[in-house]
Amino acid sequence: MSEHKLTQLKALEAESIHIIREVVAEFRNPVMLYSVGKDSSVLVHLARKAFYPAPFPFSLLHVDTGYKFKEMYDFRDAFCEEIGADLIVRKNEDAINKGMNPKEFGVARCCQALKTTGLLDALEEGGYDAAFGGARRDEEHSRAKERVFSMRDEFGQWDPKNQRPELWNIYNGRIHDGESVRVFPISNWTEMDIWSYIREEKIEIVPLYFAKERPMIERGNMLIPYYEENKDQLLEGEVPKMIMSRFRTLGCSPCTGAVRSDATNMDEIVIEAAAARRSERETRIIDHGSNSMEDKKKEGYF
Amino acid sequence: MTKFNFELTKEIELLRLVTVGSVDDGKSTLIGRLLVDTKGAFEDQLMAVRKKKGTVKVSSAAEIDLAMLTDGLSAEREQGITIDVAYRYFATPKRKFIMADCPGHEQYTRNMVTGSSTANAAIILIDARHGVLAQTKRHTHILGLLGIPHLIVAVNKMDLVDHDQATYEKIREEMKEYCAKQGVRDLICIPMSALTGDMVSVRGDNMDWYKGDTLLETLESMSVLDDLDEKPFRMPVQLLNRPQTADLPDYRGFMGTIASGTVKVGDELVVKPSGKISTVKEIVTFDGNLQEAFAPQSITIILNDEIDISRGDMLMHVGQEDSDSKFLTANVCWIGDEPLETRKKYLIKHAASEVKAMVSEVNFKTDIHTLAQDEADELAMNEIGRVTFKLQQPLNYDKYADNRTTGSFIVIDSFTNNTVGAGMIV
Repeated sequence: MSEHKLTQLKALEAESIHIIREVVAEFRNPVMLYSVGKDSSVLVHLARKAFYPAPFPFSLLHVDTGYKFKEMYDFRDAFCEEIGADLIVRKNEDAINKGMNPKEFGVARCCQALKTTGLLDALEEGGYDAAFGGARRDEEHSRAKERVFSMRDEFGQWDPKNQRPELWNIYNGRIHDGESVRVFPISNWTEMDIWSYIREEKIEIVPLYFAKERPMIERGNMLIPYYEENKDQLLEGEVPKMIMSRFRTLGCSPCTGAVRSDATNMDEIVIEAAAARRSERETRIIDHGSNSMEDKKKEGYF
Repeated sequence: MTKFNFELTKEIELLRLVTVGSVDDGKSTLIGRLLVDTKGAFEDQLMAVRKKKGTVKVSSAAEIDLAMLTDGLSAEREQGITIDVAYRYFATPKRKFIMADCPGHEQYTRNMVTGSSTANAAIILIDARHGVLAQTKRHTHILGLLGIPHLIVAVNKMDLVDHDQATYEKIREEMKEYCAKQGVRDLICIPMSALTGDMVSVRGDNMDWYKGDTLLETLESMSVLDDLDEKPFRMPVQLLNRPQTADLPDYRGFMGTIASGTVKVGDELVVKPSGKISTVKEIVTFDGNLQEAFAPQSITIILNDEIDISRGDMLMHVGQEDSDSKFLTANVCWIGDEPLETRKKYLIKHAASEVKAMVSEVNFKTDIHTLAQDEADELAMNEIGRVTFKLQQPLNYDKYADNRTTGSFIVIDSFTNNTVGAGMIV
């Protein structure tokens, strides 16, 4: 009996591979959203496993806000090259040319333009009928309500009051023209599962996840990474300091904070995650304030 | 830093859990309590739901509004009710729990079915003041049909009935009788107060007359073993892998998730529905080829003979075959807005197959109070009954009682594309 038992991580892996394969079997033109973060790294790893020894039969789509950390761009390009993935990068050029930024326009408007509109435009341009995303249900309360196959109307919008029933592991992928689905293969993974799996499978992640002495600005209880070229972001009285720190989650540089940490390798990160008493999304400015994740999801944010 | 044992984390078992109940029976409070007691909630999330704003620390569960911790969407807050399933995650050193937190309103039964279909165990909440309600019976009946191995009845709000043992016993007897009628094997009843925490993770001082385990002890100790690997081998083929690249010109792999049983290199397999036979040449995974694979692994199988196999076909061992039939009879939980009607046509999705189907007969409709089988020719939304479908093409299936994967299907309305029914083959 015991020799026929999967560890809970391997059971989650099998479930995710099943979901990824179902999408490829049932949809005409799927794409995998790739945000360069740790959850994306796991998602891509699962896609490679699902179709081995063949390459996975879809492209990776990075909706780039232009505000990601330099380390993320370096990692993205090297990683996609190494695994031979077809990477598509799309930006909301219109908003970028108008100088969209969170400081002047506010976080909500900036996210709306660069992420949501950028994503919806890119999905429409590519004519994708299914888009994989690396969202997890343990992250946030509106994501806790998300189906694995999440229907979107012609405007890419989510209707949380009227979700399609989802039974067993039978996914109903039937859609009308113009509709699409967002598919979340790692819905049932927790942050702890992600870190443990990255450690076990030796998955490559952006170096910013590992603790290092980094120049930081202390603002309230947030640690904001400091870059020479962004000097003008300093508020009065703020002085950048070298602080041993790392990121639990990666987003846009103006809106993602770091945490103090000494975890320099995967063992230490898993131990830190196990002991964590605060949620990872606490360091993401996007989740706070009046424009919640729920509102953004309804508008089409992933 | 305390020593962390990476090997021990590999022993952690996964338990899929569903929580159901009626409106206002304290379900949110119970789940909030479980999250707090197992440290499944983070400090910043607790801070957001503390009772006194301005407090800088949360040091005990009494300081937070437990029900707010599982607060739903603003769309739900507007109506003051939970519409859809929310998934919660918590862990003890032994187990990781995936909990589907289901709505109580009858009109959202479809979402309760969604949350329950994958569960290994269910917690049915009952408000001690109100006893067993119609909705309790409906939920219990559905959980029974879905074959949830363990049912836990949580008799909540015992603090509001002076922790009275007789009140608890009366509910327990009624539930025992109801469950016995439909053959539920494992029923556990626990009196508790989610608000004060008695019998959730600690015993408390108010119910010494109860000698059983607390809820958390029960969840940690109940068996999660299944006998999936001892059942006949079934693998629905999801996809054919034919890379046709320079280094893999002739590669033909059959990809799928093993629904039950085990398969070894060299095994003789029959492909249904064609009936063609071949032997296993390789079992391929990214982590290296396997000699043997078992449920629920996702694998790729290469056969020794070049035979025609496509999505929806089923692989199984010769001599351990299932039924293939143009008719299918099942217990159906109807979740569509429009009723199921005799002679109406639908699509049935079963494992990796999709076939056209027509309702040839509604055998009966179940009265959820008495479990009587009433004559009917349709099933309205939220009704449960037994239905025979005629299929356009034969399907290969097992009984749901034998195999949850190859014995289940969904009914799809081909006009709206909605999922309108859940079927469990008898």
